[in-house]
Amino acid sequence: MFSKIMIPVDLAHVERLAKALDTAGDLARLWKAELVYVGVSAATPGSVAHTPEEFAEKLEAFAKEHGAKFGVTGTSHAITSADPSTDLDPTLLKAVEETGADLVVMGSHVPNITDYIWPSNGGTIASHAKASVFVVRT
Amino acid sequence: MTDQTAPGVPEPEGDVHLVETEYEIGQDNVEGKLGPFGFDIHNPVFVVSGGVIILFVLFALIFHEQSDAIFTAMRPYLTSTFDWFFLSAANIFVLFCLVLIFTPYGSVRLGGSDATPDFTYIGWFAMLFAAGMGIGLMFFGVLEPVYHMAVSQPLGVPSPIAEDGSIIQENVRAAAEMGLAATIYHWGLHPWAIYAVVALALALFSYNKGLPLSIRSAFYPIFGEAIWGWVGHLIDILAVFATLFGLATSLGLGAQQAAAGLDFVYGVPNTTTTQVVLICGITAVALISVLRGLEGGVKLLSEINMGIAAVLLLFVLFAGPTLALLTGFGEGLLAYARDFIPLSNPVGRTDDAYREGWTSFYWAWWISWSPFVGMFIARVSRGRSVREFIICVLIIPSIVCVLWMAVFGGVAIEQVLNNPESLVRANVIDSYSPELSLFGMLADLPLTAITSTVGIILVIVFFVTSSDSGSLVIDTITAGGKVDAPVPQRVFWATFEGAVAIVLLLGGGLAALQAMVISTGLPFTIVLLLMCWAIWRGLAQEHALARPVD
Repeated sequence: MFSKIMIPVDLAHVERLAKALDTAGDLARLWKAELVYVGVSAATPGSVAHTPEEFAEKLEAFAKEHGAKFGVTGTSHAITSADPSTDLDPTLLKAVEETGADLVVMGSHVPNITDYIWPSNGGTIASHAKASVFVVRT
Repeated sequence: MTDQTAPGVPEPEGDVHLVETEYEIGQDNVEGKLGPFGFDIHNPVFVVSGGVIILFVLFALIFHEQSDAIFTAMRPYLTSTFDWFFLSAANIFVLFCLVLIFTPYGSVRLGGSDATPDFTYIGWFAMLFAAGMGIGLMFFGVLEPVYHMAVSQPLGVPSPIAEDGSIIQENVRAAAEMGLAATIYHWGLHPWAIYAVVALALALFSYNKGLPLSIRSAFYPIFGEAIWGWVGHLIDILAVFATLFGLATSLGLGAQQAAAGLDFVYGVPNTTTTQVVLICGITAVALISVLRGLEGGVKLLSEINMGIAAVLLLFVLFAGPTLALLTGFGEGLLAYARDFIPLSNPVGRTDDAYREGWTSFYWAWWISWSPFVGMFIARVSRGRSVREFIICVLIIPSIVCVLWMAVFGGVAIEQVLNNPESLVRANVIDSYSPELSLFGMLADLPLTAITSTVGIILVIVFFVTSSDSGSLVIDTITAGGKVDAPVPQRVFWATFEGAVAIVLLLGGGLAALQAMVISTGLPFTIVLLLMCWAIWRGLAQEHALARPVD
């Protein structure tokens, strides 16, 4: 059905993504698809890594380990953004194209009042990505 | 998750010399939700700086007279007592930057040897002016050259305007040259060197050493691990304090000036209501820009503004006496080069009105803004080599400022000398209304209605970019150096800044608190001197690392 599944991960808050990560892993195992873990970091040092290179290494390690847990190939795609808080949506949409994924699985919060001002990332990606999008509510 | 907790930090690919510290960025942060809004703030920097700001506003409102008396007396006291210190320190910063261009350390790249720049040259240059300088060019471009030519008498060069208002021909040439040179001195190498030192320190310790993008990080070589404690908290809180009050008071005073401009150009009544509406409008546009982020917000606005400013500059150049202005540009530069050392001389001078009233004041002002502007410049400068950084942050903006002052000031000086009825003369020399000086100059050129409107738009958009970049900087500092904290926090700071401006505008105390902010220039001068040493040490490590090891 699907051959390449993209999953955006926030390495600083992996625990919040457990449901989405498991869903993506199970789906990938079912269809023997490749899992691409996409991470966006700032150029400045953050809580996850001190440099973009270090961030990419950590993401790759995470992808290998998590993919192996489900018996599928886990690859990574790290992106550096000048302002990750506001540029997340366009950055992820570009990543869908760059990775050539045919399915995006991503976690999202239950919609609330702030979604009228700041639409959720999951909602925006679902509206604009050319690939199929599976938004997992957490 | 094991990869995150594994001991040891993986080596980055580029050549950088990460500081080995146990501190994890964000370890002192408090994350949570306030209603539907998420937050991620540094404890205690966020709470203490917010609280102290509110206390100071209350103090200024309740003890209005006392605070006015204290702060407005403090600033002139500091700038006249410590003028030698400010002037000497600024000279050191210029020398330090110039030396860095020519040393081998200039080849060190911010972000490691493999880093590539985040922004194009155009976007980068535009943003250099967005934070702190653009608004000043609008306000002082006409005022300063005329004032220094006719009133303040730098280095004792006599005024060409006699007491009865007639022109003293033999003084004209020297005074006109000095008017430009003395202005260029304030907007040329010195202010940009001050910004460059702070920006370089922050960029180096953040991008190459792996420390959080926060003012305290530049002090790692001096205080070591202690910067993660109260020493660091205090440094960051002081920076937030100076930035927010600097922005809020400028916004309040700027709204008064913009309202005066609207009154002058369109006859809009200059009332507090107009001023409050202006602050609300500027804050609203800044909020939209904040929500759009660095790329779609402040960078876009900066580029638009740079374009409009360039058009206005060209218009004034061609509408005015073009050839004389271009000659004036050359003569101004030559006079700047000739008088650079006498103007920079910190001791044994008698031109108090100029040296204490203007130079020392400016240096304190630039320095008190330097945490904000420097941090913003650092944020957008990753991927540049130190040499490229210094040339682009020191030399090129200086030339732009020289050109701007030569054209705007040149036209204004020409108007003053040739027309005793000129509006510039009326607003700068005869009665001091600095906020009208630019519009007075434009009024004596063709197409006044259009150019004055463009002038007002430029002033407002420069305020928007200042407010926007300031909110980004304060948010990053109060989030412990994280640049990816939830967006509502930036909205909070931008709104808070507007609110403080309105409260101070209505209740009084804008000028007093601005004087207080400028007074923070004194402690920050010491801080900047220490930064030079920290940069030198940091670059030495980086450079040693980049050399091939046999």
